[in-house]
Amino acid sequence: MEKKSSIWVYFTLAFGGLIFAYPFLWMLSATFKPEMEISEIGLMSANFSLDNYRAVFNKIPIGRALLNSIFVSSCVTFSAVLFGSIVGYALARLRFWGRELILGVILFTMVIPFQITLIPMYILMVKFGWVDTYMALIVPGMISTFGILLFRQFFLDIPQDLIDAARIDGCSDLTILFKMFFPLSKPVIITVGILSFMGSWNDVLWPLIVVRVRELMTMPQMVTLFKVGGQAESQIGSQLAAAALLAIPIVIVYAFFQRYFIESMATSGLKS
Amino acid sequence: MSNMLGKIKSSEKSGYLMSLPYVLYFCIFVAFPLIFSFILIFHKWNIVTPMQWIGLRNFVRLFHDIQFFKSIRNTLVFLAIHIPLQITVALFFAIQLNKKIKFRGFFRALFFLPVIVSGVVITILWEQLYAYETGLLNLIITGLGLERIPWINSPEWAMPSIAIMATWKNVGLYIILFLVGLQGIPQYLYEAAEMDGAKSVQRFFHITIPSLNNTMLLVIILSTIGGFSLFIEPFVMTGGGPMNSTLSAMLYIYNQAFYFGHMGYAATLGFFFAFVILIVILIQKKVVERE
Repeated sequence: MEKKSSIWVYFTLAFGGLIFAYPFLWMLSATFKPEMEISEIGLMSANFSLDNYRAVFNKIPIGRALLNSIFVSSCVTFSAVLFGSIVGYALARLRFWGRELILGVILFTMVIPFQITLIPMYILMVKFGWVDTYMALIVPGMISTFGILLFRQFFLDIPQDLIDAARIDGCSDLTILFKMFFPLSKPVIITVGILSFMGSWNDVLWPLIVVRVRELMTMPQMVTLFKVGGQAESQIGSQLAAAALLAIPIVIVYAFFQRYFIESMATSGLKS
Repeated sequence: MSNMLGKIKSSEKSGYLMSLPYVLYFCIFVAFPLIFSFILIFHKWNIVTPMQWIGLRNFVRLFHDIQFFKSIRNTLVFLAIHIPLQITVALFFAIQLNKKIKFRGFFRALFFLPVIVSGVVITILWEQLYAYETGLLNLIITGLGLERIPWINSPEWAMPSIAIMATWKNVGLYIILFLVGLQGIPQYLYEAAEMDGAKSVQRFFHITIPSLNNTMLLVIILSTIGGFSLFIEPFVMTGGGPMNSTLSAMLYIYNQAFYFGHMGYAATLGFFFAFVILIVILIQKKVVERE
């Protein structure tokens, strides 16, 4: 009985695994196949070549788009961690008038659907002259309210004695934060880092709105426009190759740090 | 004494300085857009020419806008398929993963893979899986001796197709959330029920499901918020077609603003849509909490 049910469990999990893995494997194999063979269900072909990838590199500056994405997402991630920890520290460990008010405002803003501010945000970018600049891609993402809350929550549990001792030694709050709190805060830094990075890396709507010049496009944006804008000339092979190029960097990072990814993204459930 | 006072003062000062980044961010990127959106909804504006006050005419237009209500309806159709499907599949795999098995980490990582990959990749891939003549799905279906399904080519099937794809993409996250929920259920509840002679189906409905109430609410709200932002999938796969059947509300607002340049009207749509979202979430919360 016990044995039979565990075989059943492995069978369903393996079947599920196949459903999640096979489409990716099929896509990867299709990117090397000639157009005629793409519709085949199998993974192997005698005619594997790099033609589809060559077509993508010839038609769009996808390497540049990759660098743009790396640059934008790194800036966003770095500053979300930096400012998230600074503001989180103030809200957790410093006493000042208006602290509760700021906390209330943060909780309130998390309830506001972004649909309401999207159009005014775009107009703001126009008025700042930030359309078609990195500023539009980076600055609005520099602060993560959820990041602030995560840091605050984490900092609340650090013993006050540590702070008092450092204060007596004449340390400033920034020194306490970066020299004493940071080494203790690896889990929350990783979480905020991954959430900000993934949010920025995978965003397409905002880049579509604020960037129209090719040189500044992010990678998901460029792949989207390659597919939608007709440059792919309905060649399925090169569409899939562009998609594979977009997926590969993040899958490689994921392969090494999957535990952190899963744990971080599961905490995004705490949001509501 | 003066030293104490000085210490409090300095804590106040660094408190203000250190929360300044957020205050600035809030004023520029939250408060201003909110106020500005409230001004925009009473204006007609294409950004280039000066704003023109038109009173409530944006709202009059909205209430006569059949396309917009169709786009909201489409979004709700998406949610109505996506959420139950997501909960069923996620719960099923979470329960399997919660048993004493080997390779749990491996399967967890595998199910989670589509979550981290960009929606653009998933959509380009699934467009091929859905292809009528040659797609993988129809090959399997005809292999089983059944009729081909027109998937994204028919107005009836297009939105369900996108909902199925979205479930495939996101379910890994919800498996994890349910797994966390399942691990929080005390084992003695099951042991006690077993001693009372409860069958496994009874245990599932009387212990597992009620204990997962909080997780359920979380899953519903997260997928609702995600579903209401449905944009890139129809944008890439169907462009809103066929016959506007996959025109989501976000796609419609995007087109109004950035294709037609109707900023005031698009802001009004966004304003109205945000209220729809909040109301739907409040209703969901009430319903789940009552049960």
